[in-house]
Amino acid sequence: MLKTLGAQVKEFKKDSFLTPVFMILEVFMETIIPLMMASIIDDGVEAGDINHIYVMGAWMVVAACFSLFCGVMGGKYGARASAGFARNLRRAMYENIQTFSFSNIDKFSTAGLVTRLTTDVTNLQNAYQMLLRMCVRAPISLICAMCMAFFISPKLASIYLIAVIVLGIILAFITVRAHHYFMEVFPKYDDLNASVQENVSAIRVVKAYVREDYEKTKFKTASQNIYNMFVKAEGILAFNNPVMQITVYSCILCISWFGAKMIVGSTLSTGNLMSLLTYCMNIMMSLMMLSMVFVMLTMSVASAERICEVLNEKSDITNPDEPDYNVADGSITFDHVTFRYNATAAKPVLDDICLSIKSGETIGILGGTGSSKSSLVSLISRLYDVSEGTVYVGGKNVRSYDLDTLRNEVSVVLQNNVLFSGTIYENLRWGDANATDEECRRACELACASEFIERFPDGYNTYIEQGGTNVSGGQKQRLCIARALLKRPKILILDDSTSAVDTATDAKIRHAFLTEIPDTTKLIIAQRISSVQDADRIIVLNNGVLDAFGTHEELLATNEIYREVYESQTSGSGDFDEGGAA
Amino acid sequence: MPQNEKNAKPIQGPGGRGPRGPKPNVKNPGKLFLRLLSYIMKNYAVHCILVVICIFITVLANVQGTWFMQTLIDSYIMPLMKQANPDFSGLAHAIFRVACFYLIGALAAYTYSRIMVNVTQGTLKNLRDDMFTHMEELPISYFDTHSHGDIMSTYTNDIDTLRQMISQSIPQFLNSIITIVSVFVSMLLLNIPLTLLTLLMVGVTLFSTKKIGALSARYFIAQQKDIAAVNGFIEEMMNGQKVVKVFTHEQESIADFNRINDQLFDSANNANKFGNILMPVNAQIGNISYVLCSIVGGILALGGYGGFTLGKLASFLTYNKSFGQPINQLSMQLNNIVMALAGSERIFSLLDEKPETDDGYVTLVRAKKENGNLTETTERTGMWAWKHTHQADGSVDYVELKGDVVFDDVDFGYVPEKTVLHNVDLYATPGQKIAFVGSTGAGKTTITNLINRFYDIQDGKIRYDGININKIKKDDLRHSLGIVLQDTHLFTATVMENIRYGKLDATDEEVIAAAKLANADTFIQQLPDGYHTMLTGDGANLSQGQRQLLAIARAAIADPPVLILDEATSSIDTRTEKIVQDGMDKLMAGRTTFVIAHRLSTVRNSDCIIVLEQGRVIERGNHDQLIEKRGKYYQLYTGNLAEG
Repeated sequence: MLKTLGAQVKEFKKDSFLTPVFMILEVFMETIIPLMMASIIDDGVEAGDINHIYVMGAWMVVAACFSLFCGVMGGKYGARASAGFARNLRRAMYENIQTFSFSNIDKFSTAGLVTRLTTDVTNLQNAYQMLLRMCVRAPISLICAMCMAFFISPKLASIYLIAVIVLGIILAFITVRAHHYFMEVFPKYDDLNASVQENVSAIRVVKAYVREDYEKTKFKTASQNIYNMFVKAEGILAFNNPVMQITVYSCILCISWFGAKMIVGSTLSTGNLMSLLTYCMNIMMSLMMLSMVFVMLTMSVASAERICEVLNEKSDITNPDEPDYNVADGSITFDHVTFRYNATAAKPVLDDICLSIKSGETIGILGGTGSSKSSLVSLISRLYDVSEGTVYVGGKNVRSYDLDTLRNEVSVVLQNNVLFSGTIYENLRWGDANATDEECRRACELACASEFIERFPDGYNTYIEQGGTNVSGGQKQRLCIARALLKRPKILILDDSTSAVDTATDAKIRHAFLTEIPDTTKLIIAQRISSVQDADRIIVLNNGVLDAFGTHEELLATNEIYREVYESQTSGSGDFDEGGAA
Repeated sequence: MPQNEKNAKPIQGPGGRGPRGPKPNVKNPGKLFLRLLSYIMKNYAVHCILVVICIFITVLANVQGTWFMQTLIDSYIMPLMKQANPDFSGLAHAIFRVACFYLIGALAAYTYSRIMVNVTQGTLKNLRDDMFTHMEELPISYFDTHSHGDIMSTYTNDIDTLRQMISQSIPQFLNSIITIVSVFVSMLLLNIPLTLLTLLMVGVTLFSTKKIGALSARYFIAQQKDIAAVNGFIEEMMNGQKVVKVFTHEQESIADFNRINDQLFDSANNANKFGNILMPVNAQIGNISYVLCSIVGGILALGGYGGFTLGKLASFLTYNKSFGQPINQLSMQLNNIVMALAGSERIFSLLDEKPETDDGYVTLVRAKKENGNLTETTERTGMWAWKHTHQADGSVDYVELKGDVVFDDVDFGYVPEKTVLHNVDLYATPGQKIAFVGSTGAGKTTITNLINRFYDIQDGKIRYDGININKIKKDDLRHSLGIVLQDTHLFTATVMENIRYGKLDATDEEVIAAAKLANADTFIQQLPDGYHTMLTGDGANLSQGQRQLLAIARAAIADPPVLILDEATSSIDTRTEKIVQDGMDKLMAGRTTFVIAHRLSTVRNSDCIIVLEQGRVIERGNHDQLIEKRGKYYQLYTGNLAEG
């Protein structure tokens, strides 16, 4: 894990190195300054040497200035190193995610990736800065102060040593205990918030069933629970403060007592006593800081692990060594194709599929939920790799093509499609960055999108909000089709892409395909029988098995599933939607 | 020795909050703070007083410790050095006395830390409970007008900043103030000129804090903006990652990301840089202040001006050292408090939202018929009645619950300025099935939301079994209505509990019976733990169709006389759709049903079809009548079938 993360420091190695160096120098200065203070009192005030006070004072100012310089530089490099580290982490993850195949993405889930790129990186950024600054500073400060204390008086310094050990043990105990409780309570706390979230989004259900009081009771029980756990955890932390105080006070009093005796016995100077007391603070503070750094670092371990998972994930679909950059035509062949999302799954998602599609054909694909229609088409552009068998496009194994070439020639309109924030033009040009306005408009006409785009006040320059929230479902689908058309692919796949479009428009789009892009192979997945019945041939899938493949008439005559779907839809359970009204 | 309480607390990590964050804009911080304080005091008045007393004791113990340093050198060490046979018993006595004070101080520190845990967590718990309780009472329009993300952030972020404030900022703030005052007084008592010198240096510190803070705040705002941009971009692109792959847009996407990522690096670098610099700058100003005081103090002590002694100088120097810190902290805590106040402003604004009003007095009671008269009963007769207590004379009427619904010239708008439903008239006699058709935005869902009073109408009347629904208690009204929404919402609980949501006291057998009625039993049996399978994340582990079946079962177990159904448009496959449809049909049997219809079969089988357009009823009648009319419905119907 450290190796993976360390590799991301890159150009900020210098900053990462200089930060602790300056921090150490600053700590040295902090250790020396109390010595100077002692000297001012001992050799200046007590000896009645005003010149010494001036000289030492001047030196102290110099030391303070140097310390200031180190502190500022340490802060500056620390900020740069950590901000840079965070940037590199984000960039490395983002770049790696871009190489992910669909199955890699499925594995992490969208929300998981977002958290890793945002919250987890911020956690690591803070931890890194802490590591560079505090992790070096605290122990060095502790050691320096301890050394100086020993230098002044080994006898008195041993009091500190004992105190440090005792305090260290107690702090460690408190920290571990509290950490344990916190680890227990945080997930519960998240659950509580999740249940609030659930209530907010399901408020209509709650109100419709008049379950407000029920929910309130449920919430109060949970929140009482959280309260108890937090009180337990923080109750332990409440010891931190007094324990620390008692230790420091004990040290002060011991030093005062023994110190007084030594001064009277002329083995110690007053100035030295003052310095010792200052070191007392330095030592205890460092210890406190160490325990805190420890907690912060352990908390960021989880984030670090999640980030490493992304960084170390290897895409399971890669370009072949000598890729083919030319797809001859839009023919597709499945040769005994079996497919599993998960290599260990017992039941394949697609089982021994054999079929052959000619270039330029229009193929409908029909089947129930879970019949693997989407899986079937996603193999064509190698969004997933087959488990067994081979998929051929243009007569060649899809694995022999350059991935970009293949995906540009096989244009898929995904079922869960996404528009990006930007103007309609910008969105369309995802299909072809160099498309002219004219070409964009043409594609929209084919996809029956121009009719509503032109009604927008800003037309093609209308800004699409993130997630396409300002266009309706049907409009979004038509824009996605237009975007896919701009690629001028040899194969066009529509995965249930007109479900929210009314039937008349749907028919118009299909008609346009037939007349305007006759050479493109078109695969249309649909629930509506009307969307597929005039295709050249229709594939009927059932539970991952090819049930039938033939024309509408053939299937009607021979295929039971097809006939059942046809009858149920034409006999009146079809959609009565925005037909004609849109 | 300066044992200021804050020293014993963990210091906040770098890169976090500090005196340099952007100052959020709170309108009336004083008033808000008082309100928060009185909220805390409401339950924890005694606790709070104890805390203040304990903090006071802690600080005093610290200060007396510092005073002791003076006595140590001047009254004990110096005289002892002059004695031939030093007698340490006086010193021992003094140290014992100080130790007692220290012990009391430490005990007080523990006491207030421990009490604060209860005060903090208790207040947060109360706030959460109050917020949730209040939220449940809010009208639907609140949830329409506030993004769910914003509401959630009140529960998470705002509560968290408040935790920080109550548990740390307020006690430390108090501590700092008491420390500053007591240290200042002690310094004044020791030596006035040196005190003025120290104050001067504090002024310099404040000045540098302000300058650096302003610079840093500027970059912090820039950083916040860049973080928001980067997070927004990441969220959008991760959601669209599959589309990126399909369009081989990886390189462009990386280039775009690098651009804003670099921008964030710049602003984060600058913001943190100035944040990091502040501490060493102030520390060294403090050191210089120390040097100045020791030089001036040295001269004073050597000259013996005004009885200034070495011991006094030693004490003064420790005060000097402990003076700058609480002042720095004061500005830091002040900023934290302002930030938390911004959070509490949002919390209070949620608590101040006006809850749903309910002036209804007609209630729903179990009823039975005795000699042809309707009377109230506690038996489970399956018969329900509206209990109408007349306000004028207190007499009681019972009206049988039948499910007769009438809209009389109803106008409605979500906001007063914009009416979305105009002069809607409709009636449904018990057991009738009424279908609403029309394009998106025609007002279909709106009408159904008026029946259960999710929204209140502006004009006209809605009568339920002849009673104006405004007179019916909302809870009772909603009890009598079943609803199946288009997007089903399930809760984190077992399948059994999710169905039981419709009727909390239902037995397991009743739940299974309802599931069977809704055609949900078959798939539930196939789940890993059957009816005890846990559903999480809004039923994420179920298909769309299965979730709908559960929603139907949930409505079925409630067994309401009137049903509101919003058919799903989403593409479930034909077979599942048939099962869902079948379940819905069984549920609708014998009940007055309002259905927002998307399926031809539903529409055709309705007793009455209401065609809506732009908030107006443009046609009504049954299928045959409307077809004959050759109007909008005919157009919709044939336009549809022309392709089918």
